[in-house]
Amino acid sequence: MTISEIQEQIVSEFSLFDDWIDKYNYLIELGKSVPLLKDTYKTDQFEITGCQSKVWLHAEYREGNIFFTADSDAIITKGIVNLLIRVLSGHSPDEILNADMDFIEKIGLREHLSPTRSNGLSSMIKQMKLYALAFKTKSTAGN
Amino acid sequence: MTDFPVQKIREDFPILHQLVNNRPLVYFDNAASTQKPLQVIKAITGYYETDNCNIHRGVHFLSQRATEAYEDTRKLVQRFINAASSNEIIFTKGTTESINLVASSFGKKYLSQGDEVLISIMEHHSNLVPWQQVCLERGAKIKYIPIHENGELDMDAFRSLVNEKTKLIAITHVSNVLGTINPVKEIITYAHSYNIPVLIDGAQSIAHLGADMHDLDCDFYCFSGHKMYAPMGIGVLYGKEKFLEELPPYQYGGEMIKTVSTEFTTFNDLPFKFEAGTPNVEGVYGLHAAILYLQKLGLENIRNYEEEILQYATTKLTNIDDIRIIGTAKDKTSVISFLIGNIHPYDAGVIIDQLGIAVRTGHHCAMPLIGWYKIPATVRASFAFYNTIEEIDLLVEAIIKVKQMFG
Repeated sequence: MTISEIQEQIVSEFSLFDDWIDKYNYLIELGKSVPLLKDTYKTDQFEITGCQSKVWLHAEYREGNIFFTADSDAIITKGIVNLLIRVLSGHSPDEILNADMDFIEKIGLREHLSPTRSNGLSSMIKQMKLYALAFKTKSTAGN
Repeated sequence: MTDFPVQKIREDFPILHQLVNNRPLVYFDNAASTQKPLQVIKAITGYYETDNCNIHRGVHFLSQRATEAYEDTRKLVQRFINAASSNEIIFTKGTTESINLVASSFGKKYLSQGDEVLISIMEHHSNLVPWQQVCLERGAKIKYIPIHENGELDMDAFRSLVNEKTKLIAITHVSNVLGTINPVKEIITYAHSYNIPVLIDGAQSIAHLGADMHDLDCDFYCFSGHKMYAPMGIGVLYGKEKFLEELPPYQYGGEMIKTVSTEFTTFNDLPFKFEAGTPNVEGVYGLHAAILYLQKLGLENIRNYEEEILQYATTKLTNIDDIRIIGTAKDKTSVISFLIGNIHPYDAGVIIDQLGIAVRTGHHCAMPLIGWYKIPATVRASFAFYNTIEEIDLLVEAIIKVKQMFG
């Protein structure tokens, strides 16, 4: 699936929720699901600090695609992290660099990306794109 | 409950009567900023409707009137905090600027290599970073008074940290995270026995306890208008005249000068020496109205009512399983920081917000304090005299909902 198709799928899933309680219960479920990141990567090196909650992000480049794993110490943040990984992981640097993350607004969670929330999420998306740029540059230079 | 006319008072605050996420707003973030009564709002709009102009420099009628109003407010503040002279009242942008002013000017004049500045581990960043930075610049050392688990200052440690190198002590009157009311009179008396000046951060105390400079005998006292129902962008630095005379200016420019040539400048007398540039005149008008409003309600009445709602909230929260209150000092004022089991405060705050309740989560500009407790953050509810016990009941329901959703 393309990044756009995955985003559409998520928007369609969220459209089934009647109210904010259902939406957040789902996010909490996503957040509580299996750990997304090896404990060995929960270090300062991989941390994206927000004021309110921490996010750790790790990226691997394999056969032209980037694979992200990430985690957070706040469950709602982790639920959103889960969605971001679902959208961006396993795609090429160019696809990631060109992706706009409009699904977040469409599912009514735009405020979680606001810098004032300081939960690390907006920095995380920036960092994912920076990884994409770095891997793209590296692979181009290698050629 | 005391006979405090809270519902009538709430009618003075238009912002309180709105829906947030389809629920009535419950505003429990007063330690961050307070709401403004109509009297304050009208004072600001009235200023722009009839009085606005630059002050201190005009011969014309408008300038005379606004200048009088500005200087009358200075005298009103002087009386409000029982200062000896209006020369001791400097208008600033707020507590942060007031403390930066003292740190910068005091540092320039009195701090040298090896000197020490003593603050506490519970300080807000605005009463920590300025001292830390000026000490780094001047080769001086900053030291921290520790606290006990309940959030009270360790006074034995305080006394042992004071020594012949201590040049200044800076302490918050009330902690914005813990609600602790510090024994500042005791600290000031002890410091003065060694001729050490004391600065008090009054940001969290001015609206809840008031302040009496004669009684406290502190050397500097700082507070912000916006935390006492006045507008943003206006604050006060009180300083004993003998100190303010000696300290060099902080900012330079118009108003704070006597004469200027291309080579040399002579500075104005107090208080103008520390008020460079065009002041926040609308803020001063708003501050005037806020002080009158508080005086009409009576600070004693406010204090009694706020003590009751704090007691009510503390009892209710303590009765919920898994609630841990951070800050359990004997003497506290209207702040409760808490944790709900292992639920991250950010998560709790998101759900509480969905229910229309404004609390604050995070480190509350006190990272060293939060680090000392070894917790990621807290949820903080902070009250004012327009909050009600019904609102506290709504917070309790919200906390139970949070426990349900994350359980």
